[in-house]
Amino acid sequence: MKYKVNEKGYYGDFGGAYIPEMLYPNVEELRQNYLKIIDDADFQKEFHQLLRDYVGRPSPLYLAKRYSERFGANIFLKREDLNHTGAHKINNTVGQILLAEKLGKKRIIAETGAGQHGVATATVCALRNLECVIYMGEVDIERQAPNVARMKMLGAKVVPASSGSKTLKDATNEAMRDWINNPVDTHYIIGSVVGPHPYPDMVAIFQSIISEETKKQLLEQTGSEQPDYVLACVGGGSNAMGMFYHFMDDEDVKLIAVEAAGKGVSSGLSAATTYLGKEGVLHGSRSILMQTADGQVVEPHSVSAGLDYPGIGPQHAHLFKTGRGQYVSITDEESLDAGLLCTQLEGIIPAIESAHALAYLEKMEFKGGENVVVCLSGRGDKDLDTYIKYFNL
Amino acid sequence: MRLIFKQIKAPLGVGVMNRIKQLFEEKKNILSIYYTAGYPNTGDTIRIAEALEKSGADMLEIGFPYSDPVADGPVIQASSKQSLDQGMTLKLLFEQLKDLRKSVTIPVLLMGYVNPVLQFGVENFCKACAEVGVDGCIVPDLPMVEYEEFYKGCFEEHNLSNVFLITPQTAEERIHKIDGLTNGFIYLLSSSATTGKNLEVGDTTETYFSRIQNMKLKNPAMIGFGISDKQTFDKACSYANGAIIGTAFVKAIADGNIEENVDDFMKQFKP
Ligand SMILES: Cc1ncc(COP(=O)(O)O)c(C=O)c1O
Repeated sequence: MKYKVNEKGYYGDFGGAYIPEMLYPNVEELRQNYLKIIDDADFQKEFHQLLRDYVGRPSPLYLAKRYSERFGANIFLKREDLNHTGAHKINNTVGQILLAEKLGKKRIIAETGAGQHGVATATVCALRNLECVIYMGEVDIERQAPNVARMKMLGAKVVPASSGSKTLKDATNEAMRDWINNPVDTHYIIGSVVGPHPYPDMVAIFQSIISEETKKQLLEQTGSEQPDYVLACVGGGSNAMGMFYHFMDDEDVKLIAVEAAGKGVSSGLSAATTYLGKEGVLHGSRSILMQTADGQVVEPHSVSAGLDYPGIGPQHAHLFKTGRGQYVSITDEESLDAGLLCTQLEGIIPAIESAHALAYLEKMEFKGGENVVVCLSGRGDKDLDTYIKYFNL
Repeated sequence: MRLIFKQIKAPLGVGVMNRIKQLFEEKKNILSIYYTAGYPNTGDTIRIAEALEKSGADMLEIGFPYSDPVADGPVIQASSKQSLDQGMTLKLLFEQLKDLRKSVTIPVLLMGYVNPVLQFGVENFCKACAEVGVDGCIVPDLPMVEYEEFYKGCFEEHNLSNVFLITPQTAEERIHKIDGLTNGFIYLLSSSATTGKNLEVGDTTETYFSRIQNMKLKNPAMIGFGISDKQTFDKACSYANGAIIGTAFVKAIADGNIEENVDDFMKQFKP
């Protein structure tokens, strides 16, 4: 595969493992074992069984009729919102918890932004009876309260991250600090295709089920497994990578990644990484990063906690730089409007993250008859407060 | 091309004796102090260095702050943030250090994360270090393989030592590799921890320190992270060539009375 990681852990200019020595043994252990473990037949069997019976996969590929009429193209929604716990995040946590068990780990830590990854991690920890600590920015704890309650009910300890912008980046810092201080018994379940190699590759592999199913479902529904466009929102980029994975090498399929413009790309309150960022190192990999000329990370902003991150995964940086993917952005308001539209046209309340991907449909021009797949990465239950306030409902 | 700098092959700084090397040849029980540049006030960087040398420090590690210091505990995080909020940059730091060698004779290392170095440019960074008289660097999140492939030539051309960290979990083979790659000292973490944890020397730490002692490495070793006072310093010195104090010192200078605070803090180490 042309866009896959090389043996040194790089995607073109991006990737690597920029970690302090304290994390080296853990990350190296993972690097040496992850493919062996994942490729093992027993692992595959257990993973797919859990995806089917516990997560509820395959998730439907739904031809959204009223959307299609509105936009003049066949708009398919890949319904990751119907997964257990309400988002794509669980695909990855099911994979990583099985892997952590194989590595003999007893304690699980994770960062979370929207709380979806935190919930998905707390869920699999309850399922497998492992201790679970979730780091979450103080700002996010406030704006995603239902998910905090769910994590607590699932038995996880939720630790507030109070540094920096008190959002996803800072929660990730705290999780890395925890891992440094607990190097032997702990596995860090990173929630997106970010972090030091092999995380971006490992998370992409677990999320690739999204495009694997999409191909089969398209073939059944349209007679061809090849769509014209696939769209997904990008925080760190895991649902997008899952959606792109099996289409990456087919250059006829256009990949559209939607970042959060916040209050506008030039407003100073934005999370549009490829537009505002430069090459740099954060959280263990070399990628594209919002930063000052001095190399200090700039605090991002998005109404959507899951997209409120100043970087993107290294593989996305590579798709962007090579031009294989088209990276665009959607503002807070555009996403909320799209969320309401989806609710009223299709009866589906999307997560605000996913609503960013939906919003980009408005900006596309179709000849008619194109097949377009949008990754509906999660459901909007966690965002009701934000929707209600914004629309004065 | 991944590189934003070109690779240089050059022998280790010909003729010039690196101050770090000289220190270890001449002295035992070396006391090295870490502090954050531009903290508590932007203009304090040189003042602190001068005060530390005057009151008996053997070596300095000046931290250039980064917004996301994942290897640091709350105290150094807070000092970094305050320094950045007050306008510190790597560029400003090099301006502040312009006359370093007029008043400071002990070895000086810069310590910080890789991203500011990348944005400054690795070659520019090495050159600036050499120009102001910095002797070495500690960049915890710069991987060994990257250093070897892309930085080493440049560091050596400018006679800079690059110091690597090792922890109780670092494999023997890797320690030997690090020993071969560096030419200053090895930074021995008492345990895998972020900065600011207290040193607890239990049986396992002792076994680990002795194991390292018995490896007969070519480089001297300094114990760091968790050393806070005379007692922990002495303990560390029984296993290594010296020790590094960071968090405890950063705490001690918080109120800005630099000369007084430095003197007070360093008193305990006077013979
Ligand atoms: C529903 C949903 N979509 C998308 C994201 C963004 O993450 P990623 O870019 O890794 O898919 C999140 C993150 O919390 C999320 O909850």
